[in-house]
Amino acid sequence: MLENLCRKMFGRSLWVYHANSGGCNGCDIEVLNVLTPYYDAERFGIRLVGSPRHADVMLCQGPAMRSTFQALRRAYEAMPAPKLVFAIGSCAGGGGIWHDAYPVLGGVEKVVPVNFYIPGCPPRPEAIIWGVAVATGLVPKATAPIEFKQVEYPIPAYHPGDLRTEGDMVIYERLEKV
Amino acid sequence: MSIASKFKEARLCLSAGRVTLPYPAKPRPAPPGFRGRPIFDPKKCTGCAGCANNCPAREILVFDVCQEIRIMKYLGRRCTYCGRCAEVCTEKAITMSGDYETATDLVADLQQRLELFMSTCQRCGRCFEPATPLDRLKQRGYRFDDLANERWVLRSQSFLDGEPPVRDIEIELED
Repeated sequence: MLENLCRKMFGRSLWVYHANSGGCNGCDIEVLNVLTPYYDAERFGIRLVGSPRHADVMLCQGPAMRSTFQALRRAYEAMPAPKLVFAIGSCAGGGGIWHDAYPVLGGVEKVVPVNFYIPGCPPRPEAIIWGVAVATGLVPKATAPIEFKQVEYPIPAYHPGDLRTEGDMVIYERLEKV
Repeated sequence: MSIASKFKEARLCLSAGRVTLPYPAKPRPAPPGFRGRPIFDPKKCTGCAGCANNCPAREILVFDVCQEIRIMKYLGRRCTYCGRCAEVCTEKAITMSGDYETATDLVADLQQRLELFMSTCQRCGRCFEPATPLDRLKQRGYRFDDLANERWVLRSQSFLDGEPPVRDIEIELED
Protein backbone atom coordinates (compact mmCIF):
# COMPACT_ATOMS: atom_id res chain seq x y z
CA MET A 1 0.00 0.00 0.00
CA LEU A 2 2.76 2.38 0.90
CA GLU A 3 4.53 1.39 -2.28
CA ASN A 4 1.45 2.12 -4.36
CA LEU A 5 0.99 5.42 -2.59
CA CYS A 6 4.60 6.34 -3.21
CA ARG A 7 4.28 5.33 -6.83
CA LYS A 8 1.23 7.51 -7.19
CA MET A 9 2.68 10.47 -5.38
CA PHE A 10 6.17 10.36 -6.78
CA GLY A 11 5.45 8.72 -10.11
CA ARG A 12 6.30 11.82 -12.05
CA SER A 13 9.20 13.04 -10.00
CA LEU A 14 12.09 13.10 -12.39
CA TRP A 15 15.50 13.04 -10.85
CA VAL A 16 17.84 14.48 -13.37
CA TYR A 17 21.48 13.92 -13.98
CA HIS A 18 23.33 16.61 -15.77
CA ALA A 19 25.86 15.37 -18.33
CA ASN A 20 28.01 17.71 -20.34
CA SER A 21 29.93 15.97 -23.07
CA GLY A 22 31.89 18.88 -24.41
CA GLY A 23 29.50 21.80 -24.52
CA CYS A 24 30.36 25.43 -23.94
CA ASN A 25 28.66 25.70 -20.51
CA GLY A 26 25.87 27.90 -21.86
CA CYS A 27 23.24 25.20 -21.51
CA ASP A 28 24.67 24.22 -18.10
CA ILE A 29 24.00 27.70 -16.81
CA GLU A 30 20.45 27.62 -18.15
CA VAL A 31 19.82 24.23 -16.56
CA LEU A 32 21.06 25.55 -13.23
CA ASN A 33 18.80 28.56 -13.78
CA VAL A 34 15.82 26.21 -13.86
CA LEU A 35 16.67 25.02 -10.35
CA THR A 36 16.65 28.53 -8.86
CA PRO A 37 13.61 29.82 -6.91
CA TYR A 38 12.37 31.82 -9.91
CA TYR A 39 11.75 28.74 -12.02
CA ASP A 40 11.35 26.41 -9.09
CA ALA A 41 11.66 23.02 -10.73
CA GLU A 42 11.09 21.04 -7.57
CA ARG A 43 7.35 21.75 -7.78
CA PHE A 44 7.39 19.23 -10.64
CA GLY A 45 9.51 16.85 -8.60
CA ILE A 46 12.64 17.59 -10.55
CA ARG A 47 15.77 17.21 -8.50
CA LEU A 48 19.37 17.35 -9.54
CA VAL A 49 21.37 14.33 -8.45
CA GLY A 50 25.06 13.82 -8.67
CA SER A 51 25.22 10.27 -9.90
CA PRO A 52 23.61 8.63 -12.94
CA ARG A 53 22.74 5.64 -10.76
CA HIS A 54 20.19 7.77 -8.89
CA ALA A 55 18.76 9.44 -11.96
CA ASP A 56 15.70 8.92 -14.15
CA VAL A 57 16.58 11.53 -16.73
CA MET A 58 19.89 12.46 -18.28
CA LEU A 59 20.11 16.02 -19.49
CA CYS A 60 22.71 15.98 -22.25
CA GLN A 61 24.48 19.14 -23.20
CA GLY A 62 27.08 19.48 -25.84
CA PRO A 63 27.66 17.32 -28.88
CA ALA A 64 28.88 13.75 -28.80
CA MET A 65 32.58 14.17 -29.13
CA ARG A 66 35.33 11.83 -30.06
CA SER A 67 36.94 12.15 -26.65
CA THR A 68 33.85 11.91 -24.44
CA PHE A 69 31.32 9.69 -26.18
CA GLN A 70 32.46 6.58 -24.30
CA ALA A 71 31.98 8.31 -20.94
CA LEU A 72 28.54 9.46 -22.08
CA ARG A 73 27.63 5.93 -23.10
CA ARG A 74 28.81 4.57 -19.75
CA ALA A 75 26.80 7.18 -17.85
CA TYR A 76 23.74 6.20 -19.86
CA GLU A 77 24.25 2.52 -19.15
CA ALA A 78 24.66 3.22 -15.43
CA MET A 79 21.16 4.68 -15.18
CA PRO A 80 18.39 2.35 -13.91
CA ALA A 81 15.94 1.04 -16.39
CA PRO A 82 13.05 3.43 -17.07
CA LYS A 83 15.24 6.22 -18.32
CA LEU A 84 14.83 9.27 -20.46
CA VAL A 85 17.43 11.32 -22.30
CA PHE A 86 16.86 14.98 -22.99
CA ALA A 87 19.03 16.67 -25.59
CA ILE A 88 19.28 20.27 -24.48
CA GLY A 89 20.53 22.82 -26.94
CA SER A 90 21.38 22.71 -30.58
CA CYS A 91 24.71 20.97 -29.99
CA ALA A 92 23.08 18.00 -28.31
CA GLY A 93 20.26 18.00 -30.84
CA GLY A 94 22.31 17.86 -33.99
CA GLY A 95 25.88 18.89 -33.39
CA GLY A 96 25.40 22.65 -33.54
CA ILE A 97 27.61 24.71 -35.76
CA TRP A 98 30.42 22.23 -35.20
CA HIS A 99 28.52 19.29 -36.63
CA ASP A 100 31.10 18.66 -39.33
CA ALA A 101 34.23 19.35 -37.30
CA TYR A 102 36.75 16.63 -36.63
CA PRO A 103 36.25 16.12 -32.85
CA VAL A 104 32.46 16.21 -33.10
CA LEU A 105 30.55 13.07 -33.98
CA GLY A 106 27.20 14.84 -34.19
CA GLY A 107 24.28 15.05 -31.85
CA VAL A 108 24.11 12.87 -28.76
CA GLU A 109 21.65 10.66 -30.62
CA LYS A 110 24.68 9.13 -32.31
CA VAL A 111 25.68 7.66 -28.92
CA VAL A 112 22.57 7.37 -26.74
CA PRO A 113 18.89 7.21 -27.76
CA VAL A 114 17.32 10.62 -27.29
CA ASN A 115 13.71 10.95 -26.16
CA PHE A 116 13.21 14.70 -26.13
CA TYR A 117 14.82 17.53 -28.00
CA ILE A 118 14.89 21.04 -26.59
CA PRO A 119 16.43 23.28 -29.28
CA GLY A 120 17.99 26.62 -28.55
CA CYS A 121 21.45 28.02 -28.18
CA PRO A 122 21.09 28.03 -25.24
CA PRO A 123 17.40 27.34 -24.65
CA ARG A 124 15.62 29.66 -22.28
CA PRO A 125 14.93 28.25 -18.82
CA GLU A 126 11.25 28.42 -19.76
CA ALA A 127 11.98 26.29 -22.80
CA ILE A 128 13.61 23.64 -20.61
CA ILE A 129 10.66 23.71 -18.22
CA TRP A 130 8.35 23.44 -21.21
CA GLY A 131 10.24 20.40 -22.44
CA VAL A 132 9.99 18.71 -19.06
CA ALA A 133 6.31 19.59 -18.89
CA VAL A 134 5.77 18.05 -22.34
CA ALA A 135 7.59 14.94 -21.18
CA THR A 136 5.49 14.61 -18.03
CA GLY A 137 2.26 15.36 -19.89
CA LEU A 138 1.42 18.67 -18.25
CA VAL A 139 1.17 20.60 -21.52
CA PRO A 140 0.62 19.45 -25.11
CA LYS A 141 3.34 19.62 -27.71
CA ALA A 142 3.27 22.97 -29.45
CA THR A 143 5.36 22.40 -32.56
CA ALA A 144 4.67 20.73 -35.87
CA PRO A 145 6.48 20.53 -39.19
CA ILE A 146 5.64 23.24 -41.71
CA GLU A 147 5.36 22.40 -45.38
CA PHE A 148 4.57 24.82 -48.13
CA LYS A 149 4.08 24.18 -51.80
CA GLN A 150 3.62 26.73 -54.54
CA VAL A 151 1.14 25.02 -56.80
CA GLU A 152 0.31 27.92 -59.06
CA TYR A 153 3.06 28.71 -61.48
CA PRO A 154 2.41 32.24 -62.56
CA ILE A 155 4.74 32.58 -65.52
CA PRO A 156 4.22 30.61 -68.72
CA ALA A 157 7.14 28.79 -70.26
CA TYR A 158 8.32 29.63 -73.71
CA HIS A 159 9.95 27.06 -75.88
CA PRO A 160 12.42 28.24 -78.50
CA GLY A 161 11.40 25.42 -80.79
CA ASP A 162 8.00 26.99 -81.21
CA LEU A 163 9.40 30.25 -82.55
CA ARG A 164 8.83 30.76 -86.26
CA THR A 165 10.18 33.63 -88.30
CA GLU A 166 7.90 35.16 -90.84
CA GLY A 167 9.43 38.05 -92.69
CA ASP A 168 10.55 40.56 -90.09
CA MET A 169 8.38 39.19 -87.31
CA VAL A 170 8.92 36.30 -84.95
CA ILE A 171 5.74 34.38 -84.28
CA TYR A 172 5.26 32.31 -81.20
CA GLU A 173 3.01 29.44 -82.04
CA ARG A 174 2.20 27.72 -78.81
CA LEU A 175 1.84 29.21 -75.36
CA GLU A 176 2.00 26.57 -72.72
CA LYS A 177 1.49 26.80 -69.02
CA VAL A 178 4.08 24.95 -67.05
CA MET B 1 26.36 35.01 13.55
CA SER B 2 24.10 36.43 16.20
CA ILE B 3 20.43 35.70 16.72
CA ALA B 4 19.52 39.20 15.62
CA SER B 5 20.97 38.60 12.19
CA LYS B 6 18.94 35.39 11.92
CA PHE B 7 15.79 37.36 12.64
CA LYS B 8 16.79 39.98 10.13
CA GLU B 9 17.31 37.33 7.48
CA ALA B 10 14.00 35.69 8.29
CA ARG B 11 12.24 39.03 7.99
CA LEU B 12 13.86 39.63 4.62
CA CYS B 13 12.85 36.21 3.37
CA LEU B 14 9.28 36.55 4.57
CA SER B 15 8.86 40.05 3.18
CA ALA B 16 10.03 38.94 -0.27
CA GLY B 17 6.85 36.93 -0.74
CA ARG B 18 6.45 34.42 -3.53
CA VAL B 19 8.89 34.83 -6.39
CA THR B 20 8.31 31.59 -8.32
CA LEU B 21 6.88 32.21 -11.76
CA PRO B 22 3.75 30.17 -12.58
CA TYR B 23 5.31 29.37 -15.92
CA PRO B 24 3.74 26.39 -17.68
CA ALA B 25 0.30 27.31 -16.32
CA LYS B 26 0.53 30.89 -17.54
CA PRO B 27 2.29 31.83 -20.79
CA ARG B 28 5.38 33.96 -20.55
CA PRO B 29 6.21 35.78 -23.78
CA ALA B 30 9.82 36.38 -24.64
CA PRO B 31 11.26 39.86 -24.25
CA PRO B 32 11.53 42.06 -27.36
CA GLY B 33 14.63 41.36 -29.35
CA PHE B 34 14.63 37.70 -28.46
CA ARG B 35 15.43 35.47 -31.40
CA GLY B 36 13.32 32.35 -31.42
CA ARG B 37 12.32 29.98 -34.15
CA PRO B 38 12.78 31.51 -37.61
CA ILE B 39 9.61 31.57 -39.68
CA PHE B 40 9.96 31.37 -43.45
CA ASP B 41 7.41 33.30 -45.47
CA PRO B 42 6.98 31.29 -48.67
CA LYS B 43 5.11 34.08 -50.45
CA LYS B 44 8.06 36.43 -50.20
CA CYS B 45 10.86 33.91 -50.66
CA THR B 46 12.53 34.00 -54.05
CA GLY B 47 14.75 31.01 -53.46
CA CYS B 48 18.07 32.82 -53.73
CA ALA B 49 19.57 30.47 -51.08
CA GLY B 50 21.43 33.34 -49.43
CA CYS B 51 20.22 32.08 -46.06
CA ALA B 52 21.60 28.64 -46.85
CA ASN B 53 24.97 30.10 -47.75
CA ASN B 54 25.10 32.22 -44.59
CA CYS B 55 23.91 29.64 -42.09
CA PRO B 56 26.81 28.77 -39.77
CA ALA B 57 25.20 25.46 -38.88
CA ARG B 58 24.64 24.63 -42.57
CA GLU B 59 21.17 23.46 -41.88
CA ILE B 60 19.16 25.08 -44.66
CA LEU B 61 19.32 22.60 -47.51
CA VAL B 62 18.60 23.46 -51.11
CA PHE B 63 17.64 20.89 -53.69
CA ASP B 64 16.82 21.72 -57.29
CA VAL B 65 14.39 19.19 -58.66
CA CYS B 66 14.34 20.79 -62.09
CA GLN B 67 14.68 24.21 -63.57
CA GLU B 68 11.37 25.43 -62.19
CA ILE B 69 11.14 23.82 -58.76
CA ARG B 70 13.50 24.33 -55.87
CA ILE B 71 13.06 22.69 -52.49
CA MET B 72 14.39 24.48 -49.44
CA LYS B 73 14.42 22.56 -46.21
CA TYR B 74 15.10 24.08 -42.81
CA LEU B 75 16.05 21.35 -40.36
CA GLY B 76 15.84 23.26 -37.07
CA ARG B 77 17.72 20.67 -35.10
CA ARG B 78 21.07 22.39 -34.98
CA CYS B 79 19.86 25.95 -35.44
CA THR B 80 21.63 28.34 -33.09
CA TYR B 81 19.06 31.13 -33.66
CA CYS B 82 21.79 33.56 -34.63
CA GLY B 83 19.52 35.40 -37.04
CA ARG B 84 22.03 35.64 -39.86
CA CYS B 85 19.52 34.18 -42.30
CA ALA B 86 16.99 36.87 -41.42
CA GLU B 87 19.67 39.53 -41.69
CA VAL B 88 20.86 38.47 -45.12
CA CYS B 89 17.42 37.89 -46.63
CA THR B 90 16.81 40.55 -49.26
CA GLU B 91 13.06 40.02 -49.39
CA LYS B 92 12.66 39.98 -45.58
CA ALA B 93 11.03 36.59 -45.92
CA ILE B 94 12.55 35.24 -42.70
CA THR B 95 11.45 36.60 -39.37
CA MET B 96 12.89 35.54 -36.05
CA SER B 97 9.78 34.88 -34.02
CA GLY B 98 9.62 34.86 -30.25
CA ASP B 99 8.50 31.24 -30.23
CA TYR B 100 10.71 29.23 -27.94
CA GLU B 101 8.34 26.46 -26.85
CA THR B 102 9.69 24.07 -29.43
CA ALA B 103 10.51 21.07 -27.27
CA THR B 104 9.52 17.90 -29.05
CA ASP B 105 10.03 14.18 -29.02
CA LEU B 106 10.36 13.99 -32.80
CA VAL B 107 13.12 16.07 -34.27
CA ALA B 108 11.26 16.19 -37.59
CA ASP B 109 8.71 18.47 -35.95
CA LEU B 110 11.17 21.34 -36.21
CA GLN B 111 11.47 21.14 -39.97
CA GLN B 112 10.15 23.66 -42.43
CA ARG B 113 10.03 22.71 -46.07
CA LEU B 114 9.37 25.12 -48.91
CA GLU B 115 8.76 24.04 -52.47
CA LEU B 116 9.38 27.12 -54.51
CA PHE B 117 8.73 28.09 -58.06
CA MET B 118 11.80 29.46 -59.76
CA SER B 119 10.79 31.65 -62.65
CA THR B 120 12.53 31.06 -65.93
CA CYS B 121 13.90 33.24 -68.65
CA GLN B 122 11.16 35.12 -70.45
CA ARG B 123 12.87 34.84 -73.80
CA CYS B 124 13.86 31.22 -74.07
CA GLY B 125 11.95 29.74 -71.16
CA ARG B 126 14.71 27.49 -70.08
CA CYS B 127 18.31 27.98 -69.19
CA PHE B 128 20.92 26.52 -71.41
CA GLU B 129 21.69 23.06 -70.16
CA PRO B 130 25.06 21.63 -71.10
CA ALA B 131 25.22 18.12 -72.43
CA THR B 132 28.00 16.58 -70.38
CA PRO B 133 28.16 16.30 -66.57
CA LEU B 134 31.51 18.03 -66.49
CA ASP B 135 30.05 21.06 -68.18
CA ARG B 136 27.07 20.87 -65.89
CA LEU B 137 29.37 21.11 -62.88
CA LYS B 138 30.49 24.51 -64.00
CA GLN B 139 26.98 25.81 -64.27
CA ARG B 140 26.22 27.99 -61.34
CA GLY B 141 22.98 28.13 -59.44
CA TYR B 142 22.03 24.48 -59.12
CA ARG B 143 22.33 22.78 -55.78
CA PHE B 144 21.73 19.19 -54.86
CA ASP B 145 21.94 18.85 -51.10
CA ASP B 146 21.22 15.52 -49.49
CA LEU B 147 17.68 15.92 -48.15
CA ALA B 148 17.41 12.36 -46.84
CA ASN B 149 20.60 12.40 -44.79
CA GLU B 150 20.28 16.12 -43.99
CA ARG B 151 23.68 17.10 -45.25
CA TRP B 152 25.15 19.71 -47.46
CA VAL B 153 26.63 18.34 -50.64
CA LEU B 154 29.21 20.42 -52.37
CA ARG B 155 28.06 20.92 -55.90
CA SER B 156 31.33 19.92 -57.42
CA GLN B 157 31.11 16.52 -55.74
CA SER B 158 27.46 15.86 -56.37
CA PHE B 159 27.70 14.17 -59.73
CA LEU B 160 30.87 12.16 -59.85
CA ASP B 161 31.28 9.57 -57.11
CA GLY B 162 34.83 8.66 -56.25
CA GLU B 163 36.29 11.46 -58.30
CA PRO B 164 38.31 14.33 -56.88
CA PRO B 165 36.33 17.53 -56.53
CA VAL B 166 36.21 19.60 -59.66
CA ARG B 167 36.62 23.29 -59.18
CA ASP B 168 33.88 25.46 -60.48
CA ILE B 169 36.03 28.15 -61.98
CA GLU B 170 39.34 27.52 -63.62
CA ILE B 171 41.59 30.53 -63.38
CA GLU B 172 44.53 30.47 -65.74
CA LEU B 173 47.53 32.43 -64.60
CA GLU B 174 50.09 33.76 -66.99
CA ASP B 175 53.65 32.78 -66.35
